[in-house]
Amino acid sequence: MTVQRSDPEGGDGRPPARVQTRVAAAGDGGAAPAAVSLRGVVKRFGDFTAVDGLDLDVPSGVCLGLLGPNGAGKSTTMKLLTAQAVPTEGTIHVLGFPVPRESKRARAAMGVVPQQDNLDEELTARENLEVFAHLYRVPRGKRRQAVDDALALAHLTERQLTKVDDLSGGMRRRLLIARGLVHRPALVLLDEPTVGLDPQVRAELWGLIDGLRAAGTTVLMSTHYIEEAERLADECALMSHGRVIARGTPASLVAEHAGELVVEHYGPPERLSDVERLARGAGLPTRRTGPSVSVLRAETIPPSLDEALGPDGVRRASSLEDVFVVLTGERVE
Amino acid sequence: MTAQAERAARAPRLRRFEMAPIKGVWRHELALYKRYWKSQSFASIVEPTFFLLAFGYGFGSMVAAIGDYRYLDFVATGVVGTAALFTSIFPGMFNSYIRRVFQHTYSGMLAAPVDVHELVTAEALWIAAKSAVYSCSPLVVALCFGLDPSFGMLLVPVVAFFTALGFGLFGMWTSAVVPSINSFDYVITGVVTPLFLIAGTFFPIGTLPGWVGFAAHLNPLYHCVELVRHAVFGLRPPADLGHLGALVLFAALMWIIAVRGMRRRLID
Repeated sequence: MTVQRSDPEGGDGRPPARVQTRVAAAGDGGAAPAAVSLRGVVKRFGDFTAVDGLDLDVPSGVCLGLLGPNGAGKSTTMKLLTAQAVPTEGTIHVLGFPVPRESKRARAAMGVVPQQDNLDEELTARENLEVFAHLYRVPRGKRRQAVDDALALAHLTERQLTKVDDLSGGMRRRLLIARGLVHRPALVLLDEPTVGLDPQVRAELWGLIDGLRAAGTTVLMSTHYIEEAERLADECALMSHGRVIARGTPASLVAEHAGELVVEHYGPPERLSDVERLARGAGLPTRRTGPSVSVLRAETIPPSLDEALGPDGVRRASSLEDVFVVLTGERVE
Repeated sequence: MTAQAERAARAPRLRRFEMAPIKGVWRHELALYKRYWKSQSFASIVEPTFFLLAFGYGFGSMVAAIGDYRYLDFVATGVVGTAALFTSIFPGMFNSYIRRVFQHTYSGMLAAPVDVHELVTAEALWIAAKSAVYSCSPLVVALCFGLDPSFGMLLVPVVAFFTALGFGLFGMWTSAVVPSINSFDYVITGVVTPLFLIAGTFFPIGTLPGWVGFAAHLNPLYHCVELVRHAVFGLRPPADLGHLGALVLFAALMWIIAVRGMRRRLID
């Protein structure tokens, strides 16, 4: 899907136009092969189905945001791609290698940044990277430089000899990203890269991830933060109950499922019920957001309905969150 | 051919078993060891020395000799076996459990091109190598107390290595099957203590009741202790090949179940 974003300067907080070109190049004509390809993937844990018939392609050079609430199957999908989970059904290819059969070769060419901080706290930042430079088979002669480069990328050169235990949460997260990049992978899997971090650190990491994307690295990033997906992802795949329910650029998803504008009405429950009834009667989707009701596709509201809904509505631009709630009935952060 | 297909074709075909993961895991262990070598060495050297002094001099004052051996010499060679047991089984149990469950170190490593069998092998080899060195400490102490040096003593680290390899892997397997870290109490009391007591370390197994004596022959630590004694006081090739074979077989069996157990825990 190659819908142009409305703001080519990225002034709406979304990535600039260069990103759309990359998505277009990857998506049109099928010139770029998929770096990640899942077909009919099912993963069951006993009676529980975590991933349910997942079909997903991540074109090379694109940052795809896998968006969904907790329990949507994002982390299980990440584990399937690193062969730390074996699919019950379906086929997976990563960088052209069938997984799990040739997962070792795939893992050698990709970097993984896990949701859970699994750095060794007793070791220094540099030692953590050195261990993984060995594991990723960085040649002996290039190992020192690779570690230096990864430290520089994560802005941790000054703290390279500090024990991980003494690093701040943001520094640890940057080190985790550096660890996944020490061998300059063609594909990076980011599993909830900024979960639990304060806004300042999150913004710092976004800069780091955006740099990766700009360098042409394929990125598959799972997140349950709408803003993160909107800012970083060239395309988003919305996951719910183990499958992708919608896919496209953030702008195209919003345009397709939520329209341009949303009008929010606040008031007592009876008033909100009235608004819902009137809007649905006119065929407009609505969503409850705590003390308010949002009427989507507000730009299409006829004057008569606008009058009936009352003048107290607050208009705002539609967002990916509106899309998500409309499609799944679930909320994400 | 697309760029990706070219890259895939160019990518080195990684073998099922490679040295790179072993080196990577050892690099991790070495970095940790550099920090903790003093405390680890203190415990690993002083504990068997206490056993040696307490049993050697305590019992030694009542028991002058066992068979052809001076009691202090008998115990010194026995304590090599207990040192190999303790310096391997406990790291195998606790380090593996902590790294898998609390620190998630293993899941981090398995996201790199490392397979479970390589991870298990690397950890076990590290444990065994360290144990092979530490297990010699009782002999060094005994030399200071009059044990006659012999060339056969040079074989002791090799014997300790194979013993520790098996017990380290056994410890890793238990770490993969216990439901919680507290369950190790069952393993220590129910398995480690009997292994340690009925191995001919402090008294000959010939004094034990029939079925216990038979069970002692199934104890890998017994074969270690016998081999160490023979290495120090004179090899008995046919019997010693049997003892060595028992230790190698034990290590091989433990490798199989440790890899299976860890795979079950680490791969969903």
